[in-house]
Amino acid sequence: MMTTVVSLVVALLLLALALWTVVARDAFLAIAGFVAYGMLLSLVWVRLYGIDVALTEAAIGGGLTGALLLGAVARLRGTEAAAWSERSGIGLRTAAKLLSLGVTAVLMICVLALPEPAPTLAPLVADNMAATGVGNPITGVLLAFRSLDTMLEAIVLVIAVIGVWSLAPDDCWGGRPGQLHHADPDGVLAYLARLLPPIGIIFGIYLFWAGADHPGGKFQSATILAAMWMLVQMAGLADTPATANRWLRAGVVSGPLVFVAVGLLGLWTAGHFLGYPADWAKPMIIVVEVALLPTLVLVLALLMNGAPARSDRR
Amino acid sequence: MTVETLIALAACALVGIGLYALIAHPHPLRKLVGFNVLGSGVFMIFGALARRGAAAGMPADPVPQALLITAIVVAFAATAMTVALLLRLIESTGSSALATEPPSGDGDAL
Repeated sequence: MMTTVVSLVVALLLLALALWTVVARDAFLAIAGFVAYGMLLSLVWVRLYGIDVALTEAAIGGGLTGALLLGAVARLRGTEAAAWSERSGIGLRTAAKLLSLGVTAVLMICVLALPEPAPTLAPLVADNMAATGVGNPITGVLLAFRSLDTMLEAIVLVIAVIGVWSLAPDDCWGGRPGQLHHADPDGVLAYLARLLPPIGIIFGIYLFWAGADHPGGKFQSATILAAMWMLVQMAGLADTPATANRWLRAGVVSGPLVFVAVGLLGLWTAGHFLGYPADWAKPMIIVVEVALLPTLVLVLALLMNGAPARSDRR
Repeated sequence: MTVETLIALAACALVGIGLYALIAHPHPLRKLVGFNVLGSGVFMIFGALARRGAAAGMPADPVPQALLITAIVVAFAATAMTVALLLRLIESTGSSALATEPPSGDGDAL
């Protein structure tokens, strides 16, 4: 009973924050609301027994997306007033309201009409977990049962980086993204950028390794490691890498390439693409995970850095 | 009513709120926030379905949960790509307008 009341309050707060991100006049306040929304959302994931999802939501959905939007809103100052002036008419807004209410109503009817008992793949996962050698069912699904999805996702991330880089103006092609950060070398930012990375790196690697048997894994770990790298960049202790750097480019594609290679190896050893030979599942999963981690760290940080904006030519 | 039904119903409302912002909000960055709210509503409905699928000693069906992790990461990549496009639009035209009439500015041609 108590937990139902708590869930109800959290759900209402979530709806109020979502409404706030729409109605707030000031874009900065709206996005601050969105960051709080992301954090509250991870509580809902805990309530839905998705601890791995909650960790991902807090790290990527709330944290990285929030930071990205806050960075964008700072650079978009001054375009807001013009945008409000071209606001669509009352007719279109009413039509949009009716459409949104209609979509919500149809979805609610579908939710209330869901079949009982609910279809589930959990027994199948439970029966086959032993074959994967990992203890966390989420990791088992991501790297064994549905590894094709994870492979395609890694490729999509690389395509996103190529997409962001291709937005560089002609004279900055292959250059460095963003501005060179100058922080006070004795300031608190530079201090934290020296103090936190060792702790963050150890915690990130722990989260990565624990993901085999407990909640955690490469995505959550990569977010923490990427955040540490960005902290060092923001404090001006290291510059953002030039996008023409061959080592950087090799790092971005290495993870997906290893994943595809393991998949092709499966064709030969297990008879089908992405198959693992019997008793070799765990080592293969570790190879893929270890290869994907650096790629994910690079991709997440590079997506946060944005398009090249400084020429690297001397 | 079970907690997961309650959460799923709230998620339906989130989809509506996000959809409205996406259509009606004049500023592209706010449309993007609306798009993220819409997406999180869809994810939450999916998460509630995963919780309904609790079986075999697992508190929730791990297959949709794993797909949700993939979905959150891909949504971040799409958001980052959109933010980069938006910043580039403003850099080259000086305005965030999405109007059909192209601004006759002297922005560098791509």
